[in-house]
Parts: sequence; structure tokens; C-alpha cells
Amino acid sequence: MLGLNARDLQILLLVAILTMFAPFFLNPFPVDSSLAQFNAGYPDLMQRFVIFGIFAIGFNILFGLTGYLSFGHAAFLGAGSYAAIWMMKLLTMNIIPAITLSIIVAGLFSLAVGYISLRRSGIYFSILTLAFAQMSYSLAYSVLTPITGGETGLQPKSNDPRILDGALEPGEQARASLFGMEMSSSYELVVSGWVFTFNVGYYVAAFLMLVSFYASIRIFRSPFGLMLRAVKSNQNRLGYTGVSARPYNLAAFVISGMYAGLAGGLMVAMDTQAGAERMFWTASGEVVLMTILGGAGTLIGPVLGAGMIKYMENIISKINQSVLESWFAWAPDFLQDFIVAVIYPFVGKGWHLTLGLMFMLVVIFLPGGLMQGIGKIGALFSRKKPNDRDSVAGSTPAAAE
Amino acid sequence: MSNFKDFTRRRVIKSGAAAAAAASATPYFFTNAALADAHAGYRNAPQGDTVTLGFNVPQSGPYADEGADELRAYELAVEHLNGEGDAGMMPTFSSKALKGNGILGKKVVYVTGDTQTKSDAARASARSMIEKDGAVMITGGSSSGVAVAVQALCQEAGIIFMAGLTHSNDTTGKDKKANGFRHFFNSYMSGAALAPVLAKNYGNDRKAYHLTADYNWGYTTEQAVKESTEALGWETVAAVKTPLTQTDFSAYIAPVLQSGADTLVLNHYGGNMVNSLTNAVQFGLRDKQVNGKDFQIVVPLYSRLMAKGAGANVKGIFGSTNWHWSLTDEGSKAFVKSFGTKYGFPPSQAAHTCYVQTLLYADACERAGTFNPCGVVEALEGFEFDGLGNGKTLYRAEDHQCFKDVLVVKGKENPDSDFDLLEVVEVTPVDQVTYAPDHPQMRDGDGNVVPVGTCNPGA
Amino acid sequence: MEAIVLQVLNGLDKGSAYALIALGLTLIFGTLGVVNFAHGALFMIGAFCAVTLSKLLTVSHIVIDETKTDFLGNPAKVEVPYLYDVFGQATGDVIIDWAVPISILVAIPVMMAIGVAMERGLIKHFYKRPHADQILVTFGLAIVLQEIIKYFYGANPIPTPAPEVFAGSFDFGTLLGFDPNLVIYPYWRLVYFAFAAVVIGGVFSFLQFTTFGMVVRAGMQDRETVGLLGINIDKRFTIMFGLAAAVAGIAGVMYTPINSPNYHMGMDFLVLSFVVVVVGGMGSLGGAVLAGFLLGILESFASMGQVLEVLPGINQVILYVVAIVILLTRPRGLMGRPGVMED
Repeated sequence: MLGLNARDLQILLLVAILTMFAPFFLNPFPVDSSLAQFNAGYPDLMQRFVIFGIFAIGFNILFGLTGYLSFGHAAFLGAGSYAAIWMMKLLTMNIIPAITLSIIVAGLFSLAVGYISLRRSGIYFSILTLAFAQMSYSLAYSVLTPITGGETGLQPKSNDPRILDGALEPGEQARASLFGMEMSSSYELVVSGWVFTFNVGYYVAAFLMLVSFYASIRIFRSPFGLMLRAVKSNQNRLGYTGVSARPYNLAAFVISGMYAGLAGGLMVAMDTQAGAERMFWTASGEVVLMTILGGAGTLIGPVLGAGMIKYMENIISKINQSVLESWFAWAPDFLQDFIVAVIYPFVGKGWHLTLGLMFMLVVIFLPGGLMQGIGKIGALFSRKKPNDRDSVAGSTPAAAE
Repeated sequence: MSNFKDFTRRRVIKSGAAAAAAASATPYFFTNAALADAHAGYRNAPQGDTVTLGFNVPQSGPYADEGADELRAYELAVEHLNGEGDAGMMPTFSSKALKGNGILGKKVVYVTGDTQTKSDAARASARSMIEKDGAVMITGGSSSGVAVAVQALCQEAGIIFMAGLTHSNDTTGKDKKANGFRHFFNSYMSGAALAPVLAKNYGNDRKAYHLTADYNWGYTTEQAVKESTEALGWETVAAVKTPLTQTDFSAYIAPVLQSGADTLVLNHYGGNMVNSLTNAVQFGLRDKQVNGKDFQIVVPLYSRLMAKGAGANVKGIFGSTNWHWSLTDEGSKAFVKSFGTKYGFPPSQAAHTCYVQTLLYADACERAGTFNPCGVVEALEGFEFDGLGNGKTLYRAEDHQCFKDVLVVKGKENPDSDFDLLEVVEVTPVDQVTYAPDHPQMRDGDGNVVPVGTCNPGA
Repeated sequence: MEAIVLQVLNGLDKGSAYALIALGLTLIFGTLGVVNFAHGALFMIGAFCAVTLSKLLTVSHIVIDETKTDFLGNPAKVEVPYLYDVFGQATGDVIIDWAVPISILVAIPVMMAIGVAMERGLIKHFYKRPHADQILVTFGLAIVLQEIIKYFYGANPIPTPAPEVFAGSFDFGTLLGFDPNLVIYPYWRLVYFAFAAVVIGGVFSFLQFTTFGMVVRAGMQDRETVGLLGINIDKRFTIMFGLAAAVAGIAGVMYTPINSPNYHMGMDFLVLSFVVVVVGGMGSLGGAVLAGFLLGILESFASMGQVLEVLPGINQVILYVVAIVILLTRPRGLMGRPGVMED
């Protein structure tokens, strides 16, 4: 079905179910319980999960398949964001032109950067992409301020032209929408103590993520994908057979750039703001980490990695001292103080520490990323060995120097 | 005030009717998040006996310590609002609407988040407070980029934003929003307050060399200081932009003496300021004589926390600040005592502005009799108050900017302690730093005046 | 003319700083082939060795001074360093004043130990793993180290001045016949320049002229063959790692008077050091030094007001523009060896 083999179809269906029912899965705790702190089923975070999922899926097409490690993909995400916000300022708040243009702009930008950077390989390639991205960031933050808004970024304003939309009523806010459906509107389902939020924006983004995911499976399984894997295993040998790897690499680079552009456009569609910081090298580094953390070269891994990092950033960072104290209020004072003192450095403002430790633990004990962990758990329950090619392809050691 | 009541009631009725119509069209187990609040007429109307405020401060990155101090002030404010502790500035505050029983009888609870001093992270954190925790007001932050981004979000979501530390003109200039309020002063005020003091101390015929952080706040500060000093006869020899990510400023400082300038203005904040000032002093600029005058350095915006990072280099250097703990008015004394007793050291200006913003918000709710953002906006616009540490203050209706005295400070020559770094040399009266709402520095890139717009209750 | 002389001087100094900061990285990354994202953190920890030492030197007991009051109106507490009790105030002040140079003596063994522990405990297991895994684990380590420092020292920069004798600047201009004050340069930066030259020279000769260095260089070329010859190459690689950490650390110590250290300063220098090493060419120490100077000088020129008037924003991107131009014209950077980190 859909041109997929049974196994891939299973994976796609699994992802589809997970994303469609995410509002339930992510809000497992009743709102009034003290564990509600861990609920992630609110629109902003759910949107971020799928948007960064798209970003990581796209990055994985380049890195997971060809092995080319780009350190500049955030620049394409940023370029996509700026394209989308300008579309919303000039044309219409409808997200379709915004997202379309963001994909096109990011694609063109990545074509230019890729064309130049792919002349080199290995670390030299990484530094070239890093240089382009850092240049984009620096210029967007400073001298390009008239176009990018610089430090304060760009938001839709009430006095923007928006040719297709007509003027706003006084007091009316410009909101991103899809033919009248506002991205920010949601329905809440209340079931006794639980509240589940179904947000329009999330489902738009989730649908696009499923499409992206499907496209990525098709790319992985296509002759083109096979060619990219050949590039990874031995580019020289590929050259001896008379095949030039560059067009393939460039195609992979541009595709992943367009994924990044889609993610950037969606970020604007969900939250109408574009700023230069999302092009900083740490943002490029983040998608690298997401991909490796989840399992480079696997289909779902990057999405998991993205989810994990965004969860840490948004949930763990909000656990402050008074939240901790309320959790352990049942304990005698000295015990409460002790527990809080032990946990506190790892949560709230110390969330980076937990993140760093997680990076280290995962890579030390699960060389194939989170996907290998899932594979291991799966293996515990079934006698069948996990399919190595699919689940831990990323752990195949790269050729030595 | 009667005008205000009409306004709210009409709005409530209007949106209430819409809500009834929409609710009947949906299956009974679905309730639209926004419409659920529509009965109250605004978003995140506090349910039960508590009201949730969102404290969105930098907890990681270079401004984490400033964020931590803001958070301390917020916790103190919550205590005082709930009637715990020594009530801080509540007794000295000219408005007596706060009773120490929470806000409108509801106990104040809070959630915290990490802005990371990045617009995206700050908005993500603010959205989680709004969407997940039901916060009715967001406050905090330590940079103008974050303030403008979160302010725009709050306008869109229908939440009140009480800005923390943000000094760029833009926050209440070209990027002002009806739902956003700033107590902190701005670049224009720094320039207007500093220039006369500089002229008095250093003379009217100085040649200034500006080093400016290459982003919005830097631009507005450079412009403000330049215009104010030039009006008093100074000449600007050069203005060079430095990248935000710069750490070593030697290449920018080395040519200063060659330019014939006798004064260096560092339009830098935070880490940039610490490093550029340290580098400038290291180059021995302050021991030099140019044009027969002693070479001088000026730092338009001082932050005591950051000044600490520059150590002895701040001695004798002029700058401006929003508030300082050594002020001796009753409000400041009460706040310093309250904060110092609880935490063991005096509060920073960031802590002060955040504490005051929380009280002002609570007071506005009490006076409006509602948490409805439109009611709060109405109550804060044109609100005059005193006793919160800056003397008589006006929240101007046209741009939601506070107008109050500005402090000109100087690095202390013989500090007594770690936090005794600055001394107040002059309290510039408010009239001298007030500007028209359509002042050119407050306009957008095309020179248009941006109106503050109308409040958005979010439902 | 003066402006150009000054920027060349400044560029040389900046370049020496860049080269020194990148030197530790090129030893680990350019020669052992480990992508070490924790390099910046090592630099930062070195800087905090200086901070820690000056804190330790000023460990104080508290004397209540009834004549003064603190900010709450209570009698002021005056801190008297124990050092005063031991050496008397005058000598005590001198020692505290020289905290940064003294820290070098402390930083070398401390950083060596950290480097060896890091290699034995972590990196050793990652030599054969893909570069991606090395990035993840060293990045994780860098975050953890950073957060530990933040936990103890906060996020604000901590002033760590150079000894009083190095305050002020030296007037080169008068030597060259210019008017006074036109070409001046701070003494401490000149010290840094000399220090960098000595350290870089030392590491060079160590690798070039000692048997140990010869074996390490051989091991880098062909680890297995060297191992087959009965030489314990692992041990030597460990020592190299310790050496690299020590070099990164003392670079950090000496840098503290120039930039007040804070917990994330390592991340600020991480990208820069990678650019320097890669532009210099993988596996080449000389390349890294050359790239450091080249980038330092060009950056100095790009910062000039006159240049910025013609090309606004060039100071923001000059490092990257240079990196791109060099990598496109010279495939392996300035002096890179073929085959290192190219796959």
C-alpha cells in the first residue's frame, strides 16, 4: 500500500496513530494532580514536537544517508521563517502561500550553499556549512535589520499591507489561518479530571509531518536512497564505477534544506514570529544532536530525538523549587529538604545539566541512539532479533580515517 | 471610570452572546478553550480561589544571574501580595487598593520558565504558561529582543505583559502594544539624563567616539546619547558597530586614540559591556590626555550585576540606571530591607522593576475589579503613583511607558562591599527625560508613528 | 599609516591568542582525530582555575567593624583574608595581585589530570566510534562541565585582573617615530603574545625533536604498525590528551584578564577554534598557527571604522568569509594532510 512494504507501512501507521492521538498520549496526568507538570499535551509543545520532527527527518536524509554532516541547517530554517513572515506581512495571513514560499526560498538557499560546500567533504564540508550559517545569523541580527527586524525579529503588525486580506478591524489581531481556520484555536475535551486539547495548528503541522515522513520513507527505499547510502559507504569506489556522487549529494542537501524550510515556515504559521537566533550555530547543532540522539539513519529516530530535547527544554526547565517542595510536601521536613536539595540542581534552571547527562548516557550505552534502546526493549519481549538494518543503521561504524 | 465600566460591560455582553451561539453549535463534550473563558469575557480567567502569574526570566545563558534576581523579586512580591512577610513596598505605595489577601481575594500562585534570552525560547515558555498553566499575566525578561517578542505574543493571546528589564526605545516605541507595559526606563531617557551631567563634569566641547552593539538596542542607545550630547555641544567623531558575539574588543579600542576623540561611549550591555570596558581600561585610555583633557569613558546603561563583572574598571565611570538600592526614599528603603532580610544582599535594578511591575499589575486588577486585560489596561493607562522607589511616576496612556526620575550613577572609588559599586550622582527629574509620544526616536523605520492600539482580552 | 601599524600589531596579538586557543584542539582533533566539542569547556575550566585560586587566596575570616554599617544598617562585616594573617597585609596583597600568573602552576597539573581522566574514562572508548558519536558525547560533557561551573560560580562574569605591574600600555609609536599615544598596546597583551609564542614553540619542539613526539607522530600516521612494533601507543595518546588539555587550560588562565571569565565562555570560543584548526588544515600544527595569525590580522582590519564605512557588517562575517575562501581554494585548508577527517 502507498508503495511501501509491510514493515514500512507498519511504521508509518504507528507514527500516524501516535501523532493523531498525541493530545491523549501527552496528557496522561489529570490537571489537578502534582504530576500534571509532566504533561506535554498543550498546543505550543505539540507543535514544536512535530515541527522539529520535520526538521530532523529532513536532516537525516542528508546525514543519515550520505554521512555528510552539515552544521548550517538552521540557516535554511531561518530563511524559511523570514520568507513566511514576509508573506504574511505582505500578502495574506493564510499559511499556504507562506509555507510554500518558505520551502522555495530555503530550497534555493540550500542549492547555493550546497553547490559550494559540497566541493569539500568531511570536516571541511561541515565548516563550510557552519560558516554560511553563521554569516546568515550575524548579518540578520545586525546590518540586515531593516529586512529581518534584527534583535526584535518580525511579527505581523496591524499596519502591514496584506494585499489579499483587506484591512483589519480596529482591535482585531492578525492571526495565521488556513482558509479561516485559525491556527491558534483549539477544542478542549474534558473527561473527569483530564483535559485534552485539540489544536488546529497542531493537526495542520502533524499532517505535514506525516507527509514528510512518508516522503522520507520513499526516499530511503528508492534507488536514489540506495545511491546515497553508497556515497556514505565509499564515495571513491562509487567514482570508480563511473558515477559522480555530487548530483546525488546536492539533491539530498537541497531536499533536506527544503524540509528545514518547511519547518521554518511552520514555526511562523504556528507562532507568528521570526528571529535571527534560530539561525545561530547552536540551533544547527541542536538538529545534529536530535538526529544522533534518536539514531541517525533510522526512520523514526530523529523524530524521537527532537521530541526528547524539546521535552527537556520545555518541561524540565519549568520545575522550580516551589514545585519540588509541593511534590515532597508529604515527607518530614528534613527529608523534604534533602530530596529537594538533591533533585534541584537537575531541574528548573539546571535543565541543561540533565540534558548534557542524557546525551552522554545515551551515546555511551546506546551507540545507535534512542532507537537502539527501543530495539533492545523490543528484543526483550520478542524472540525475534530486531532488524539491524532498519533500527540501528546509524551505529555502523564509519570507515576509519 | 464610568466610561471604563461601560466599555467592559459592552464587551462582555458582545462576546458572551457570540459564545452562546457557538457553544450550541458544538457537541456538548467539546468546549472551545477560548469560549470556555468567554463567559468571563477574557482569556484564562482565574478559576477557583487562585490566580496564576507567569514569571518568564532567563535562567540559562549569560543573563541567568539577572534572571535569578528577578525571580527572587517575584517570589517576594507574591509573598507580599498574599499577606506574608513584611509587606515590602505595599505600605509606601500611594495606591491603597492592595489588601494583602492576594489579588481580588484570590491567592497568587506562579509558574516559572526559562527565556534563555532567546526570542523563540521565551515565546515557547510564555505560550506554555498561557496554554498549559492558565497564566493571566506574563512578566520578566532581561533583553529587549525577548520583551518585544513576548509582548507581541501576549497581545495576540489576550494576556497582559508586564515587561522586566528592557531598555530599548522600541519596546514602548515602534513595537508598543496595548497589552504590554514597561516600568523600566529607556535609551532616550538615558541619553537625556546623562548628557547634562556629562557636560557639567567633562565640559561642552568633547569629542566622542561611540562603540555600539550591532543590534536594535545598541542603535537606539547610540542615537539617544548622540543626539542628547550633540545638543549640548559635543562632537561625535565616529560611531563603530561591534558584533554581539564579540568577546575581545581590542581591534575596536586600539584606534580610538588615533581618531582624536577624548571620550569613549560604550553602548554595550551585559557581557559586551564587561569586556569592552575591561579592554578599554587595559589599553590605559583613562590615563591618557587628549586635546588637553583627561580621556573619559561613559557607559550609558549600567547594571550593578554586570558592573561587578568589570570589577575595579568601573571606578569613576558615569552611566545611568533605573534604580539603585542606596536610594533613601521610604519605598526603596522598605524594599531593600525586605529583600535584604530574605536573601542577604541588596536587590538589583532588575529585581526592583520586576517587583514593582507585579505590584502595579495587582493594584490595577484591584482598582479595575477584574483580571480582564482590558480592565487592567484601562486602570494602568494614565495611572499616577508614588512610593515605589522612583518618586512620582506616570504610566503614560499613549505608549504604556513609565515616566519617572532617572538616576545618573558613577562607579564608586572606594567600594565597601561586593555590591557597593555605584554611587548616585544625580537624580534627573522626570520633566527632563519626558518626550512626546511621537518623538522621532520612537517612530518606525519609515518615520511613522505607531499607535498603541486597543487591548485584546483574548476571547 | 599609524592605523595600519596598530591593526597589524593587534592582529598579531589576536592571532597568537587564536593560535593558542586552537592549539589544544588541533592536538586532539587534528592529530588524534577525535572531534572534541568539550575543547571550549577545557579552556573555560582553565580560566576558572585562575578564578578558583584567587578565591582561595582571599578566603577570609569575618571581623565585625562597629564603625561602619552594611546596607541594612547592621554593623558591617569586614572580610580579612587569612593570607594577611600568615604573610602580613603587604605580602598578602602582592600574592593576591599575582593570582593569575600563579594559577598557571596550579592549572597545568589540574588540567593534565582532567585531560588524562577524560581520555581514560571516556574518549578512549570513542576512537573507533563514528564522529557523530564523538560529537554527542563531548558536547554532552561540555554541557555538564559548564553547568557544574555555573552551579558554583553563577552566570555572571567574574573579574580576574592581571597583576598591577602590567596595567596600562606600552607606547610603540614613539619607538617608530610617531606622535605619542598613537600606537599603544597593553602590557598584558604583550605578555600574552610572548607566552603564546613560548607555549606554541614548546609544543612544536616536543613533537618534532623528542623521541616521544616522533612515536606519537608515527602513531598518528599508522597506529597499528606502531603498536605492532611493541610500542604502547595508547599510553602516549593519553599523555597527548593530557598535554592538550593543559595547553587549553593555560590558554584560558592567561586569557582571564582580557575577558572576565563566565561559565559559557567555552562555547563562545568553540566555533572559533574549530574554524582556526580546519582553515589551518587537519593534522597540521603549523597550519593552525598560521590560520590563527591570518584570521587575527584580517579580523583586526575588518574592525576598522574606515573599512566598515565601505563594507558595513564585514566585521561580523570576516572570519567566515576567509574560511570559505581558503577552503574553496585550498581543499585541505592551509597545510592539511590528505585523508584526515575527509570522510
